Amino acid sequence: MSFRQPSILPGFGLTFGFTTVFLSTIVLLPLAALVLAAGSMHWSDFVHTVLSPRALGSYRLSFGASLLAACINLVFGFIIAWTLVRYEFPGRKLIDALIDMPFALPTAVSGIALTTVFAQNGWIGRYLEPLGIKVAYTWIGVTLALTLISMPFAVRAVQPALLEVQRELEEAAETLGAGRLYVFRRIILPTVLPALLTGFTLAFARAVGEYGSVIFISGNLPMKTEITPLLIVIHLEQFDYQGAAALGLVMLVISFVMLLAINLLQAWGRRRHVRAAS
Amino acid sequence: MASTAAAISKEGTRPGQHTWLHALARWFFITVSLTFLAAVLLAPLATVFIMALSRGIDAYLHSFSDPDTLAAIRLTLVTAAVVVPVNTVFGLAAAWAIAKFEFRGKSILITLIDLPLAISPVISGMIFVLLFGLHGWFGAWLQAHNISIIFALPGIMLATMFVTFPYVARELIPLMQQLGNDEEEAAITLGAGGWMTFFRVTLPKVRWGLVYGMVLCNARAMGEFGAVSVVSGHIRGLTNTMPLHIEILYNEYNFVGAFAVASLLTLLAALTLVVKTLVERTGYRRR
Repeated sequence: MSFRQPSILPGFGLTFGFTTVFLSTIVLLPLAALVLAAGSMHWSDFVHTVLSPRALGSYRLSFGASLLAACINLVFGFIIAWTLVRYEFPGRKLIDALIDMPFALPTAVSGIALTTVFAQNGWIGRYLEPLGIKVAYTWIGVTLALTLISMPFAVRAVQPALLEVQRELEEAAETLGAGRLYVFRRIILPTVLPALLTGFTLAFARAVGEYGSVIFISGNLPMKTEITPLLIVIHLEQFDYQGAAALGLVMLVISFVMLLAINLLQAWGRRRHVRAAS
Repeated sequence: MASTAAAISKEGTRPGQHTWLHALARWFFITVSLTFLAAVLLAPLATVFIMALSRGIDAYLHSFSDPDTLAAIRLTLVTAAVVVPVNTVFGLAAAWAIAKFEFRGKSILITLIDLPLAISPVISGMIFVLLFGLHGWFGAWLQAHNISIIFALPGIMLATMFVTFPYVARELIPLMQQLGNDEEEAAITLGAGGWMTFFRVTLPKVRWGLVYGMVLCNARAMGEFGAVSVVSGHIRGLTNTMPLHIEILYNEYNFVGAFAVASLLTLLAALTLVVKTLVERTGYRRR
């Protein structure tokens, strides 16, 4: 089998060549530098950097808060998607458009705005303060920032899947005496499950790497409210390139695993979709 | 989509026997959604403008006369003006190669193009520091030849190019795949050249997808914080982009100044969403 199938269209050499060269220069070569820099470390130094108490503390916060944010988005993402797909109410189109705001809004803006709203004297923070809930400069604030920036992933993943749910099936089940919860569990949930999981993974993957919005609201205390990307920046500022590269490699490996998981989930969703349609 | 969903969801046309339960569910879902969005999305958005205008419109406008702020705005515009066209050309080339031809390893190529989306912004910046920084691979050579990339404009552009790399390509690839090759093949068979086919047949077909991809690419390019923060060195008036300048002003407790710059970026984000909505109204849909 040859490398490509014949076609009468021109321009394959030019566009394919440009694509691969540009991709290699801008993306692959720099990423290789990261792997090489971490790889040139002595094994014990690598382990020492990657498993230092401060690094472990940052993983706990980064992954814990991201997981929590993804769970929050799993629930609220579904509720928002359901609301937008199933109900008609004034301002629905505006809300629908606003869902993408965290995509378009620079993370630094989200960061300072959230911190202001949830600070002790902020609009919402002042009502939470008497209840003993401190949001800004704690792990709760980190989770909140991660929830905001990863929210569109969850909603946008579930929305098209909810549109696919066959209303006839639901109505048939209801006329046959099924309760709403039964319909939800046996008809709606199976249809949207791959999309829910994809949204969850996308939200988690985005939240783990987030930097801009978190550093404003977290307070950045070592071991307590210091996320892994911030620890990388601190290593870089001390010109400890190898230490930064080692932590970067850990995050990169995790990103690859997440990417793989997303691809597998989407393939699973497509297979289910094809089977349901046939 | 909206009209059919609306027609179906009218209460009373449903066969369920618990109409009051449906009404309760409807109330519950709308209330929870709106409360959640109001707390985490609308309140912060409103805060940006209220804080920016908290000392009056004069103080707001005055904050834009600060030379460092103007330099930050200029740097952000220059960066986007270079990065967006470069990534647009790349996106068009990649989409042509991937959508018009069948070749081995295509899915790997698509995954590699999407790669920057999965990588933390901090890592996106760091890889260029590892390459071009003082202690990086080419650091000594660059210093000997008096070329500065890190803590200078080229580094900012490279990091921005990396993070916005996939945006145009990933809008165009599925769109061009979906539209097929028939018209291009007809044009070529009738004797049109490759460039003519591209400009007269393909480009008009995909123009809305292209516009959307460029707008998203621009929004990210102007708003990128993490990657640029690592490579810029935060030199006031020289290597500070708008998001980095927001951080400096905010940490100096200059809230009016910080939120004034933030308000510009928020308006840009709103404009991006308006363009997205308009493009979707032309009938172009993602996937």
